[in-house]
Amino acid sequence: MTKDRFDSPFSITTPPGAEGWEDLYHYHLLFSEARRDYDESMFWFRDAIHLPTVMPPFDASLVEYAFASLGSYNSRHYIVPPAMGIDIRILNGCFYLSPVPVADPTEIPGRVEHFMQRAGHYFANWDAIEAEWIDKAKVVIAKLEALNFEPLPDMVALEVVTGHAGRSNVYDLQHEYHQLVDLSLELWQLHFEMLNLGYAAYLDYFGFCKQVFPNIPDLSIAKMVAGIDVDLFRPDEELRRLARLAVDSGLGDALCEGTVDQALAAVLDLSGGKAWLAEYATAQYPWFNYSNGTGFYHTDAVWAERLDIPFSFMRGYIRKLQAGEEIDTPKEAVIAERDRVASEYIDLLDGDDKANFEAKLGLSRTVFHYVENHNFYVEHWGISVMWRKMRELSNVFMKEGFWGDSDDIFMLKRDEIPTAISDMTFAWSAGVAPRGPTYWPDVVAKRRAIMAACQAWDAPPALGAPPDVVTEPFTIMLWGITSDSIQKWLGGVSDDGGLSGFAASPGVVEGIARVLSSAEQVSEIQDGEILVAPVTAPSWAPIFRRIAATVTDSGGMMSHAAIVCREYGLPAVTGTAFATKSIKTGMRLRVDGDNGVVTILD
Amino acid sequence: MVVADHAIFFHDYTETDQPIVGGKCASLGAMTRAGLPVPPGFAVTTHAFSDSMNRDHVGPLLHSMLDSLDVSDLHALSGAAAHCRRLVLDAGPSQAAEETIRDGYRQLCDQTGIDDVAVAVRSSATAEDQPDASFAGQQDTFLWVRSADDVVNHVVRCWASLYTDRAIAYRHENGYPHADVAMSVAVQQMVLPKAAGVAFTLDPTNGDRSTIVIDSAFGLGESVVSGIVTPDNYMIDKVIFEITKRTVSAKEVECCVEGGAVVQRPLDAERSTSPSLTDDEIKAIARLARRAEKHFGRPQDVEWAVTIDADGAETVHLLQSRPETVWSNKPRQVSKGVHTGVEGVVSNLLRPVQVKS
Repeated sequence: MTKDRFDSPFSITTPPGAEGWEDLYHYHLLFSEARRDYDESMFWFRDAIHLPTVMPPFDASLVEYAFASLGSYNSRHYIVPPAMGIDIRILNGCFYLSPVPVADPTEIPGRVEHFMQRAGHYFANWDAIEAEWIDKAKVVIAKLEALNFEPLPDMVALEVVTGHAGRSNVYDLQHEYHQLVDLSLELWQLHFEMLNLGYAAYLDYFGFCKQVFPNIPDLSIAKMVAGIDVDLFRPDEELRRLARLAVDSGLGDALCEGTVDQALAAVLDLSGGKAWLAEYATAQYPWFNYSNGTGFYHTDAVWAERLDIPFSFMRGYIRKLQAGEEIDTPKEAVIAERDRVASEYIDLLDGDDKANFEAKLGLSRTVFHYVENHNFYVEHWGISVMWRKMRELSNVFMKEGFWGDSDDIFMLKRDEIPTAISDMTFAWSAGVAPRGPTYWPDVVAKRRAIMAACQAWDAPPALGAPPDVVTEPFTIMLWGITSDSIQKWLGGVSDDGGLSGFAASPGVVEGIARVLSSAEQVSEIQDGEILVAPVTAPSWAPIFRRIAATVTDSGGMMSHAAIVCREYGLPAVTGTAFATKSIKTGMRLRVDGDNGVVTILD
Repeated sequence: MVVADHAIFFHDYTETDQPIVGGKCASLGAMTRAGLPVPPGFAVTTHAFSDSMNRDHVGPLLHSMLDSLDVSDLHALSGAAAHCRRLVLDAGPSQAAEETIRDGYRQLCDQTGIDDVAVAVRSSATAEDQPDASFAGQQDTFLWVRSADDVVNHVVRCWASLYTDRAIAYRHENGYPHADVAMSVAVQQMVLPKAAGVAFTLDPTNGDRSTIVIDSAFGLGESVVSGIVTPDNYMIDKVIFEITKRTVSAKEVECCVEGGAVVQRPLDAERSTSPSLTDDEIKAIARLARRAEKHFGRPQDVEWAVTIDADGAETVHLLQSRPETVWSNKPRQVSKGVHTGVEGVVSNLLRPVQVKS
């Protein structure tokens, strides 16, 4: 049963208990009667890769920054010839995206000229700009780290008075919050400064690989550009380094016993323990600013605040080392393999094909380091610091009785928080009770209930009318939107209980399913299980060493997640749209990564 | 009297032997010397052929008969061809040639440790004086030959195959003097495979040089080569050896040896539709095909066989490797109008992905 279009966004009903969900989000991100014609004419696909669960209000208002940044670099900075940005809508708490083409094709030749000049500048100076970029990112993160959300004092410090500061906590708190918001925006602006161009160059190389070698596996294409010295992989490398040091110092068993605190205390008294603890302390900053999610949710677990997570990975490495197993590949071997693969393909070509292949591979290698590396600075390090600072601000509110949990602040929209700050600092100034403590707890409770009701909604993978062509590079590269994926979504689940998706990583295995809906549940996974998730984030890397296969709702062949999955040699089927809905933990599955088919066996 | 240059073992082959051992034996010799797992064997050289044909004026008799032949008279052609073949078969080998062949076969038995080792006897063309291998057909390939007498007989039958209607007409049309023809014959240990087939070191459908394509069926590879079964088809990337496509076909029969003869045996439904190769076997075959391609420096079309010995150990053998001719002469080129750098990025962006079919 195949349809030719998806449901209209206006035909979707509100799940019971979620009435009023619109209040959680900014008005301009909602489908609305006032622009119904436009909304219905567009194709909207659900972003289950980055935004798999119902968005908390504050988190949602930062997602807007990410897409504003993505879009502005496409449409206004580099003038990507056929594509503007990506429009977004929120429906029942879920994000839907719509790539926006350049409406008038006669504008494209003029846009090409601008693009050549602007993008050409970046490609010609890429390495220097990337070095500059890292410095800029570090400055933004340092500014975030320096934000100071102090509890409101009964009396400002004497130095404030004698230093003639000329301002009080009324100003400071508002100013620091505005700083946090601006710095978050700046992080997302930086994130996309080079990424769009990086993807565009990689796509050109990818496309040419498929032209000269129609049967080439995606894994080979990725292997030839594999990053060397990428900071994104440092956190995992640090854990392996600590594991090796622990085993070499005879601390392996002690570190594997009890809770994190117990293990650390036990090591302190052992010979070599202090030296190990010093290394452990060094490794934590910045490398434990590592998120188990996509960086878009305040609930994403960050190693620095959940030491049990890096510890469980490190313990896995310690046990492997104790069993005499190898836990890593030397860098030289990675480089040698990358160069072997590339030179073997190049040797199969002649003439112009060979020269063009080498040129495109060269540009792709230049950009790919950034494509992998930016992730650590923005999604992991910078964003983790931002959530931490938000909780510090929340604690100021809590002390004034506004709410009872430091995560409650994320139930407020970005622009509601200055109002709450005003309420709090006004009352502090006047010496009266703020209104917030009797206002916000009800709002927070109601919004949490709405989010829970939305989470039960079975969000369709797409809405509206599929387009004839997709021109926006992210849509293809990250979300894998192709005629195949759209046809599969239109077709739904096949009659024999099978699910189809992308054959993202080869191999066939059978095993027990473990359905995880968020990064919080990662520790539930048992060795040898098949991971079924809305999306496989690359930052889940260490669990790929334990599982037998991966099945996801979303993601194309080229999504970073799919590439990491192939790196671990696991069969994977991505972009099934319905896996987490059709499959329950404990079911036996057959995952056929060669053909992109998942079969529920019982 | 054994004559040194009447037979050359594959492991003794050098490039200078090429003119007297023919294309197939030269390839087997080169593969053997390159360390590829080729079943042992030897070439009965063109010297053995010439020595035999020059006795009793067999050669001049043949040539005078053919020189006066009107090849457009198909009836006359057919009669003359049959007569020539009879002449060759009746004349048989010279004593020196026969003793050399028998000695070669004995050495092969010693080398393999098998009395009466089974061999395949195949012609090995020396020049462009014969239709190419695919044209020659099956008549000059003899399988499961198991005694010195039979080896000698079948070598002579290969020689006689120089005088088929088609071969004679071909030489005539292309202006090759009949007096110049010579033939070498390959005598090679025959293995009894669990599965066998062919492999191309490029994708014959699109010329993709990164791909190795394997056609495979149960039993002897003759079922694949002759087309009597639809083989399983596998595609493997030759750089990272990932299996990119598997098509398992219903293979109605397998070719095997029964009572000393090669026969077709029907397969039951379950076996017919089960894969003829495991993933490890597919990769091992692909690696060997790739080695052959690297050794010869151009795309190859190889024949292979997988055997399992009494201890269960598997061996992949290469039985033949010849240059692929179609795509090698017309390599895939896609670069017309392709740009690099920012121009390349632009043209790729301007080639939008079609999402509606």
